[in-house]
Amino acid sequence: MSTTVFERRSNFVADWVFSGEHYLNINYGIRSWLLTVDHKRIALLYLVSISLFFFLGGAFAVLIRLELLTPQGDLVQAETYNKLFTMHGIIMIFFFLIPSIPAVLGNFLIPIMIGARDMAFPRLNLASWYVYTLGGLFTLGAIIGGGVDTGWTFYTPYSSTYANSQVILTALGIFVTGFSSILTGLNFIVTIHTMRAPGLTWFRLPLFIWAHYATGLIMILGTPVIATTIFLVGLERLLGVGIFDPALGGDPILFQHLFWFYSHPAVYIMILPAMGVISEIIACFARKRIFGYDYVAFSSVAIAVFGFLVWGHHMFVSGQSPYAGMVFSFLSMLVAIPSAIKVFNWTATLYKGSVSYDTPMLYAMGFIGLFTIGGLTGLFLATLGLDVHMHDTYFVVAHFHYIMVGGALMGYLGGLHFWWPKMTGRMYPEGWARIAALILFVGFNLTFFPQFLLGYLGMPRRYHVYPEEMQILNVMSTAGASILAAGFLMPMSYFVWSLRYGKMASPNPWKAKGLEWEIPSPPLHQNFETTPVVTHEAYPYSTPEAKVVI
Amino acid sequence: MASDYQLFPDQASTLAPQVDALYYFLIAVSVAFTALIFFLVVYFAVKYRRRSDLDRPKPIHGDARLEFVWIAVPLGLTMVMFVWGASLFFDLRRPPSDALEIYAVSKQWMWKFQHPGGQREINELHVPVGRPVKLTMTSEDVIHSWFVPAFRTKMDVLPGRYTMAWFEATKPGSFHLFCAEYCGTDHSHMTGRIVVMTPAQYERWLSNSNGAGAQSLASVGEQLFHQQRCDTCHMERGKGTGPALAGLFGNDVALRGGNSVTADETYIRESILKPNAKLVAGYAAVMPTYAGLITEDNLIQLVSYVKALGQDTGGEAQ
Repeated sequence: MSTTVFERRSNFVADWVFSGEHYLNINYGIRSWLLTVDHKRIALLYLVSISLFFFLGGAFAVLIRLELLTPQGDLVQAETYNKLFTMHGIIMIFFFLIPSIPAVLGNFLIPIMIGARDMAFPRLNLASWYVYTLGGLFTLGAIIGGGVDTGWTFYTPYSSTYANSQVILTALGIFVTGFSSILTGLNFIVTIHTMRAPGLTWFRLPLFIWAHYATGLIMILGTPVIATTIFLVGLERLLGVGIFDPALGGDPILFQHLFWFYSHPAVYIMILPAMGVISEIIACFARKRIFGYDYVAFSSVAIAVFGFLVWGHHMFVSGQSPYAGMVFSFLSMLVAIPSAIKVFNWTATLYKGSVSYDTPMLYAMGFIGLFTIGGLTGLFLATLGLDVHMHDTYFVVAHFHYIMVGGALMGYLGGLHFWWPKMTGRMYPEGWARIAALILFVGFNLTFFPQFLLGYLGMPRRYHVYPEEMQILNVMSTAGASILAAGFLMPMSYFVWSLRYGKMASPNPWKAKGLEWEIPSPPLHQNFETTPVVTHEAYPYSTPEAKVVI
Repeated sequence: MASDYQLFPDQASTLAPQVDALYYFLIAVSVAFTALIFFLVVYFAVKYRRRSDLDRPKPIHGDARLEFVWIAVPLGLTMVMFVWGASLFFDLRRPPSDALEIYAVSKQWMWKFQHPGGQREINELHVPVGRPVKLTMTSEDVIHSWFVPAFRTKMDVLPGRYTMAWFEATKPGSFHLFCAEYCGTDHSHMTGRIVVMTPAQYERWLSNSNGAGAQSLASVGEQLFHQQRCDTCHMERGKGTGPALAGLFGNDVALRGGNSVTADETYIRESILKPNAKLVAGYAAVMPTYAGLITEDNLIQLVSYVKALGQDTGGEAQ
């Protein structure tokens, strides 16, 4: 074993006396993982936790789609169905998508990409995983205790007064998990400000870093609001303090304002890091500097800022003033612009590039297409006169799955393939991975495209039974979901397989640029033996690869 | 309605074709952009595919003119969407003044409708074709939402306040009514149908329906007005402890403190439940609250009565 490893290394670093030690084998045992403050190991802890939640949330989705195969409520009861879509939403959003790229790839890569040994606050980083796990346990407890049926949106007064399910336990889970998000965001911002290597100026940073900086801002500014809101729901539910329920003197619309003030920016917590991943992948597999780097960088910050000003577009028919609706519609149109800037610049990056079709690039190209559809259909919903008809229909469901699955999840999978060799020191099987990417693309579109039509036809979301004339589109969607489910099992299987049987990865299998590709795979415990000095901009793909210096 | 399958909703209200026109415009823009991006990505990916691992393409830093174009063109198009959508939105939100007034009270998991003539229906609403219908809606428990896809109309129905929606049906038939805001266990069973009839059929239905012979909403309201002793204070102008109600509805009311408010359904409702919230100038805060003493149905009857007082004699609809 060690001789193979040695051969692999010796090709690359003649002047480096190889000890064979890296962050994965520096010590062993459960304590070395549960008490680690190494950002790379914490990233792997998150990877395992969020994968468990992903497959749990996915199982709920499978049951939802099976129920909707027929117009009648024949598989599960209405109450069970309501719990299924609620738990699917809560788990996928709070326990998978929000932590996904930041907590796994961001944790692993941010210190390495900026030439640092770790995060600014390594212990806080570990604490954030424990906080996340604690919140997850509360939520799992709520599921075992009978589940919750309020929808992931917890609209009052249903959630605060009328629901007879595990609202408090679930709310506690989300409340607690929110702190892990805040701690992670804080760590990102401080790390990026204070720990960049000498010479690594702001405009030399990889766009992945810009995207995570913007995400960090939203995490620390937005999350406290959802925590407060959930706390107020608990106060009303447990103590009968009138805040949201009109019967107690409260205002139900106030809840919606507070909820969406966080939950709309939360969409950007999910999509911005994926945009960062896509920038890295496209630059690498087109071997080009990202076209319009500063426009792409600033558009991340613009999205983070504008994202806080558009929450009212979820409330056009809620009873909110129509004039407020106008302002929110206008601002929502504006927030589309930075997203368009990114899409055009990524596309232009391919121009006169050297494009290869490795798996991460397939995900990146899929992302561009699906995110474009997701973004454009968002404009339908931001258009006041159209949203009246489309609000709370399957059009909305299709739209946000194009953003969250077609965008955020595809970005996550692309990034996981791209950096898998760096994280584990093993290659995944390229052929299988390409097939899985294609299956996911087909399955995704078959699942969610019919839902646009279904929405305009008038099928409301969260419906356990539906009129018969809507069945054919539902059957298509369920068929797509089966393909999608099979597609997700593939990466899961071959990633695990590759840990033992995958080819050994070289330090830079993609001939990519960036500090993470200038160190061994997997990295040393301390990332760098000497602090690197950066003398050039990101993505210098026209120059030969840097030698691996340790 | 097609029983087999359907891919596009019925177009059965005056505003439905306008909503659809805007929809087609957005589809055209979206298809154009998506096709452009798909084409460019595939074209570049094929044309500039990697031919040798030694390829080192020259870097291109960007181009300010291109950036300007792909900021300005989307911005212009989204502004068209915004203005078009906003103007249609105000059409959807503002009922014509001559609309037939119908009241809806929703609760887990049913819709209750009251016609001005006193006819009541549950989960079914009969309306005439070619006449604007205005709904004044409230909920007895959680938030629900009025949604009739064939009319392209939707409005949340809230506890503790009135919201309005309106439509004018353009063809007879039976159309889905859905609750669009998740409201608990039987949310997907909180459905009904809107039966659109010719005016003659509608007249016949009104006189044959189970509410036939019932008193109009306003006259039930009048009885309630006396029963609840509202008439002790609200007398003719200048006589009572409270402001007179004749000719009130639809006019501006001067409030203590210098503000004014238009006397609409929401204001009347609020004044019954929270009398001190908006005090009429020149009157003392002496009215007790009726919150908890009367139901949403009663409130609708009282509001209808005050409304009828505010209109010309015989102005009661129907």
